[in-house]
Amino acid sequence: MTTPQSVSRPPSSPRVALFVTCLVDAMRPSVGFAALKLLRDAGCQVEVPAAQTCCGQPAYNSGDTADTARLARHFIETFEPYDYVVGPSGSCVGMTREHYVDAFADDPAWAERARRLGERTYELMSFLVDVMHFAPADVRLDTSFTYHDSCSGLRELGVHAQPRALLGEVSGLTLKPLEGNDVCCGFGGTFCVKYPAISNAVVGEKADAIERSGARLLLGGDLGCLMNMAGKLKRKGSSVRAFHAAEVLAGMAGGPAIGEER
Amino acid sequence: MHEATISFKERAKEALADPTLKLAIDRTTGTAERKRAVAMTQFPQFEAARERGKRIKDHVIANLDHYLLEFERNAIASGAKVYWASTAEEASQIVVSLCQQAGAKRVTRVKSMLGEEIGLPHALDEAGIERVETDLAEHIVQLGGDRPSHIVWPSMHRTREQVSEMFKRMHRAPHQEETIEAMVDSARRELRDKFLTADVAISGANFLVADTGATCTVTNEGNAELTTTPPRVHIVTAGIEKLVPSTEHAFLLLRLLVRSATGADVTQYTTFHCGPKQQGDRDGPEEFHIVLVDNGRTRMLREGMKEMLRCIRCGACMNHCVVFRQLGGHVYGGTYPGPMGAVLTPLFDGLEKSRDLPHACTMNGKCQEVCPVAIPLPTLLRGWRDRSWREGLEPATVRFGLGIHTFVASRPRLYHLGVAIAIRVMRLFSRGGVVKGMPGLGAWTAYREFPAPAKRTFMEMYKDQEKGQ
Repeated sequence: MTTPQSVSRPPSSPRVALFVTCLVDAMRPSVGFAALKLLRDAGCQVEVPAAQTCCGQPAYNSGDTADTARLARHFIETFEPYDYVVGPSGSCVGMTREHYVDAFADDPAWAERARRLGERTYELMSFLVDVMHFAPADVRLDTSFTYHDSCSGLRELGVHAQPRALLGEVSGLTLKPLEGNDVCCGFGGTFCVKYPAISNAVVGEKADAIERSGARLLLGGDLGCLMNMAGKLKRKGSSVRAFHAAEVLAGMAGGPAIGEER
Repeated sequence: MHEATISFKERAKEALADPTLKLAIDRTTGTAERKRAVAMTQFPQFEAARERGKRIKDHVIANLDHYLLEFERNAIASGAKVYWASTAEEASQIVVSLCQQAGAKRVTRVKSMLGEEIGLPHALDEAGIERVETDLAEHIVQLGGDRPSHIVWPSMHRTREQVSEMFKRMHRAPHQEETIEAMVDSARRELRDKFLTADVAISGANFLVADTGATCTVTNEGNAELTTTPPRVHIVTAGIEKLVPSTEHAFLLLRLLVRSATGADVTQYTTFHCGPKQQGDRDGPEEFHIVLVDNGRTRMLREGMKEMLRCIRCGACMNHCVVFRQLGGHVYGGTYPGPMGAVLTPLFDGLEKSRDLPHACTMNGKCQEVCPVAIPLPTLLRGWRDRSWREGLEPATVRFGLGIHTFVASRPRLYHLGVAIAIRVMRLFSRGGVVKGMPGLGAWTAYREFPAPAKRTFMEMYKDQEKGQ
């Protein structure tokens, strides 16, 4: 006798829109190409909507709700036609998934569209694991890494186990635990330039903890935080090299790390 | 006051340059964080208790009028006198005049943040009444002539070495040995006769129990009991959000409070004060007064901040806040520091004076995660940012910059062109993989390297790839 099973099966070849995010677009395109490769390897039909711009997080964090709503409407119109929206950043995805609804507090129709799109919007690592049940194959990197859990991904989206599971599939790669892995690095979007001295004190402690881990690589899932930490490590003269986890998973960590000459 | 004259950023700069302060902050908050973490592993019901605690507080807040009247009725029936104060000034005036009516020369005080909030220490000093702080940390604050820097450990900003030096200088019979025990003994010698000779005792309350009319104080030093027992008069000041329906509810919240604050299962002393001494009682005050304080609390209810009224003042949010742990409490400039203080201070002191507080936050969400009554602190802080924007308090440069950003970002072709130009300009300043000396990036590059951008944007490269295929 058989009993019905509730194991969710990955959807076959969903149409996925890659939400590149501003920082990846401008600062480190390799993260975007890594995401593209991983999503394709996982069996998705990936498209990159050309009309995408910024999710509006700087406006939202500054209290500018009207401009947030303007950019949120643009985002929703751009990404609505797809089965899923996936971005290599917990912070940007958290913004569109969790906060758009707040920006439309007085606009129920748009709030509903935001909510519906939010349900189909994922951070890259969690999408690969939770939705596509994907594991990278034949990736090898003989080194050690430590992992920083960026706050938005961790607390707004529950991204914690997924990147570790994926990185665990990379042969030769060993995890060195990071003391305070869930403590903010002091980036905080506009915070780091509005209160640079405080931000510096916070990232200084983070850089010390990263060095104490003894790892050769620092990996994470958010480019803003990674640039902050890599920038501090470099200023300190540290030899720890920083990459986005997607670059490692896609076998694209052979090039220069964040803040290295290219 | 020192804090009022210089800006938040300047105060922050001073704090960041003070390694002794940092050592003191790390010792206290680090210990608190570790002990709480251990307590949580032994309290698997935390999530369930937190949900219940939140529901109790929400229920009381939604029925505040009912429980306030019930509390007043039962407190009066127990022989207490109840006073209502709508502002801080009113509250401290009531207390001062009660002290004067009692002919008080010396009053002993149990640590109470509400007392600080209503400016009671200052009001008593002004009235020429000798004020003796009996909480050890408050005693240290009083000796140092400064203000509490943490709501649970008011003298967190001083290291034990500094305290030792202070006791040696100021106590009548200071300690000889450099041990914590010897220092505590020194304070005990200093304070004991004052405990016994005070005319009035003033305490706060951790809970106001509606169905009995009792007030509850919790301490780890026993000073609340020793303070409130010998004097002829006991005055309690409490915020109206301290109400709970019954003693059982107080105990549920107490389990959350103590674990979140110190990591212990229960406080060393938990005392319910119910009315004055009755016939046959061996001790207790002859007069028992309760001053119920609003001071902005009903405004919080009206102005979309009702979740903040759940706060049970455990301090977990500040112990886990990366900003607080760099700055300590004084930089916040108000009675309450840390995340909860950043929500409350704009309400008490005005947003214009304290607009930095809700902005000096990375929105990492840790405070909400550890809050024992699940207050959405980041959301409340964002609420202040939203208000600051609407009221035009944000700097013109920020408004202008974001205005341009939105204009460009709602026009995809212009946006992608803009990004493509921006990275090329940045690359003109790039050397060795980082951007050096570029105007506008100073806030970042003063402290850390700014990784150089790619030669071309993702969108440019992707477009070419697509064409090539």
